[in-house]
Amino acid sequence: MSVYMQGIVALMGVNILMALSVYAMITTDQVSLGNAGFMAIGAYASAYLTVKVGMPILPALLSGAFLSFIIGIGVGIPALRLEGLYLVMATFGFGEVVRTFFLNFEPTGGAYGFRGPMGTTLLLIYGWVFSMVLLFWLLSHSRMGRSLDAVRDDPEVASSIGLNVTLLKLGTFGLGAFIAGAAGGLYAHYMFYIESNNFNILVSSMAILYVILGGMYTFWGAILGAVIFSILPELLRFMADWRLSFYGAILVVMIILRPYGIITRPMVKWVENWIGGLFTRTGP
Amino acid sequence: MLEIKNISKSFGGLMALRDISLDVAERQIYGLIGPNGAGKTTLFNLITGYYPATEGAIRFFGQEITGLRAHKIARLGIARTFQNIRLFGTMTVKENIQVAQNIHARSGVSSLFQMYSARERRLRQEADELMNRLGLWEKRDEQSPSLSYGEQRRLEIARALALKPKLLLLDEPAAGMNEAESADLLERIRELRETGITVLLIEHDMKVVMGICDRIAVLSFGELITQGTPEEIQANDAVIDAYLGREDD
Repeated sequence: MSVYMQGIVALMGVNILMALSVYAMITTDQVSLGNAGFMAIGAYASAYLTVKVGMPILPALLSGAFLSFIIGIGVGIPALRLEGLYLVMATFGFGEVVRTFFLNFEPTGGAYGFRGPMGTTLLLIYGWVFSMVLLFWLLSHSRMGRSLDAVRDDPEVASSIGLNVTLLKLGTFGLGAFIAGAAGGLYAHYMFYIESNNFNILVSSMAILYVILGGMYTFWGAILGAVIFSILPELLRFMADWRLSFYGAILVVMIILRPYGIITRPMVKWVENWIGGLFTRTGP
Repeated sequence: MLEIKNISKSFGGLMALRDISLDVAERQIYGLIGPNGAGKTTLFNLITGYYPATEGAIRFFGQEITGLRAHKIARLGIARTFQNIRLFGTMTVKENIQVAQNIHARSGVSSLFQMYSARERRLRQEADELMNRLGLWEKRDEQSPSLSYGEQRRLEIARALALKPKLLLLDEPAAGMNEAESADLLERIRELRETGITVLLIEHDMKVVMGICDRIAVLSFGELITQGTPEEIQANDAVIDAYLGREDD
């Protein structure tokens, strides 16, 4: 694979993880516009650990993701009181706070950025992607997955059937922060250099866009959205400065044609039944 | 089993319930009637922990439940339905029932790695029985919004029963049903009592209320006017003035 291709595939993996981090929160109806902030925390923390402390990459990635999870829980608790647009604004504020924090925080380079993290391989990125896909697949086929659906459909009714809505919302918010933190760590160790502006509002909004475009009711949608938006810019290079306009146009058209995203739940069920049918013989 | 002691609830300056005391005995069907805005649903919301009471206490089998969070109260064995039907719209009939069984199953993170167990098999069987009992078996794989009105009401009851409650609160279960449907519902509510469930019922249809309730409480403008057997209620002057109306007016 050429270096050019490798770069695209690697960033696609990071984008998939970012999409899944947004999806994790959306499973309980929490839309976050601050996931670049969690990505930054994972990126800077793991980079600091490998470069300054000399920790191997995998434990550093896990530590960065875990720190992001802890901060996610911290942000998630007050966020429980917010819904819809208010949560979007609050998480947006959080993302900007994190970004400007790293812009000014000298131990990780401040405005000069942080140099030196390395060691991300495609295998490592896709190992994470695969683990997360497995996690979401198991979740979507489990009783816990149904509980999350109930919270998303109607949190009041969910509590009336004995579900701890607070815990489920907090847990999925923390999971989203964890995944974004891991994505940030992988990104940092792939780029060799990070600066606070790598984690700006555009990164957060793109991550939401992946999920909206691909389909917000199944994690396959989030993945597909990330894949499309990772390949599209390369295919559209000939459009040069018109690329972003074209992006916008695609989004508007897609939302009109498929308001629930490209992949829907019934589609996933249909495909799963079809695959299941290949393994079990039916009829005479 | 359910003791409501001097409960009051005010929203800002508005007194929605004033000094209500009720005693519901086990295996009773207890009716709650009164004109619109009398505070019946507010009382349901207080019992199920949707919002805290301003004053007073609610006990369930002697345990104080005022101030407990809604999911804890549900886990103690109090299930409810809603005046305006509230099903889980992205789920099928079967899934609506299955998710309500989660408090009796392994449903935490460990459920991700759970294959089939004896308990799962039993829960599946129970879900099937519930669907059969409420006449939803044929519709089990349909999305809940595609059901007819009467079926949606029955599914809401089935979902509440999946919690295996000791006390079931029904908020106008017969609203919008035709004669035949509400007669059928009546029969099903009676059957519930046979299985040991106590029912607290809000209902406007007097035929339903008088037909199945053991005791009835009458609310009007947030106050308890009276309580008693259906016969006593029908003969009570205050109730007739406030609610039932006189024939020779």
